[in-house]
Amino acid sequence: MTDVIDSLVGISPGSKLDAIRAQRSEARKHAQASYTSLFEPKDRGGVSTDERHAVASFVAGLHGEPKTDAYYAAKLPANLRTAIATEVSAAKTKGPYGHFPKGPLSVEDAPGPTWKVSDAGRAALGARLTAAFEHTHMLVFHPRDASAASLQSLLDAGWSTDDIVTVSQLVSFLSYQIRVVAGLGVLASTL
Amino acid sequence: MSTDKTLTPPPHTEPVVFTRDMLDWLPWLEPMAEADMTEHHIRSLVDAARVKSPYFRLLARDPDVLEARTRTDKDIFYNPEAGLPRAERELAAAATSRLNGCIYCASVHARFAATYSKRIDDVQRLLDEGVDAKLDERWEAIVAASVALTTLPMTFGKDHVERLRAVGLDDAAIADLIGAASFFNWANRLMLSLGVPATQPK
Repeated sequence: MTDVIDSLVGISPGSKLDAIRAQRSEARKHAQASYTSLFEPKDRGGVSTDERHAVASFVAGLHGEPKTDAYYAAKLPANLRTAIATEVSAAKTKGPYGHFPKGPLSVEDAPGPTWKVSDAGRAALGARLTAAFEHTHMLVFHPRDASAASLQSLLDAGWSTDDIVTVSQLVSFLSYQIRVVAGLGVLASTL
Repeated sequence: MSTDKTLTPPPHTEPVVFTRDMLDWLPWLEPMAEADMTEHHIRSLVDAARVKSPYFRLLARDPDVLEARTRTDKDIFYNPEAGLPRAERELAAAATSRLNGCIYCASVHARFAATYSKRIDDVQRLLDEGVDAKLDERWEAIVAASVALTTLPMTFGKDHVERLRAVGLDDAAIADLIGAASFFNWANRLMLSLGVPATQPK
């Protein structure tokens, strides 16, 4: 199967970057295995394929890296594509912001919005994805504001503990993949 | 409604500064019980000793992703072949964690950065003052590149690559830096959102 990072960066066999990535062959192989485990899992558990792609597309949209954004948007069911694009444009902001535990670091607190899905978005996404998107926005832009209450909102919307682990990995993996694609893309443009 | 519940961690002291001290981590969601773990779950830990860690037993709820995550992590940081010296991969991880605000991750990787570089004061200055701390040109270039990959919108560009080349990083080293800073954007989000750090009892 095609290596997703290679394909998004445009790394062709025999190129300089191909040789560089080959020096970290385990990282390359297992970044791809992470992708496969998240999007083509042997056992989907409680998180549907559409839910996985919806969250991924929202994360990619928030990062605004054009190639990954287009890649995940193309996997969305048509009924969600417009709704997610609308939420992305309302949700996009600058990061990372958030609060530190009260104390000497409080001077570094950078308050910012706790974003909520719009009413129209809620109707299109349903309760489960609405809760997942609100949690995802926090993870992407202000992860140090995370709290048990945020996880409780996911449980209340019908996600199980197992599901939350999968969704957390999904958002976190994308946060990695998108940066690797962007970073290697810049490096490639200088070779 | 799920019948699952979040956990209330036992009484503990949350660290309020970035530190190189060893910290504990207390989960907000129920880790798997050791007794319920199959061979598949155990294999996903990669290091069998991690069965004692609530963080890894929680992530073992999605074993295939955990195993792939861990093997990605190990190659980015531990592969000694060429590229960026280990100390500076750890520096990128510590800088990323400092910026995102992951006190637990920063503690682990600041310790590694200090151990491998022997530059304890510089590492501590990064923890105390943040990503604008005065280090030296090479370390400042590495921290600045990690910051540019971590902030949103991302600002990592050709000027960062040129600055890294000017301080002696070759293409493989720059690719390692991209891997290390990017990976900590993965790790920080799991650590920050699934539980809370705690100081260890003296």
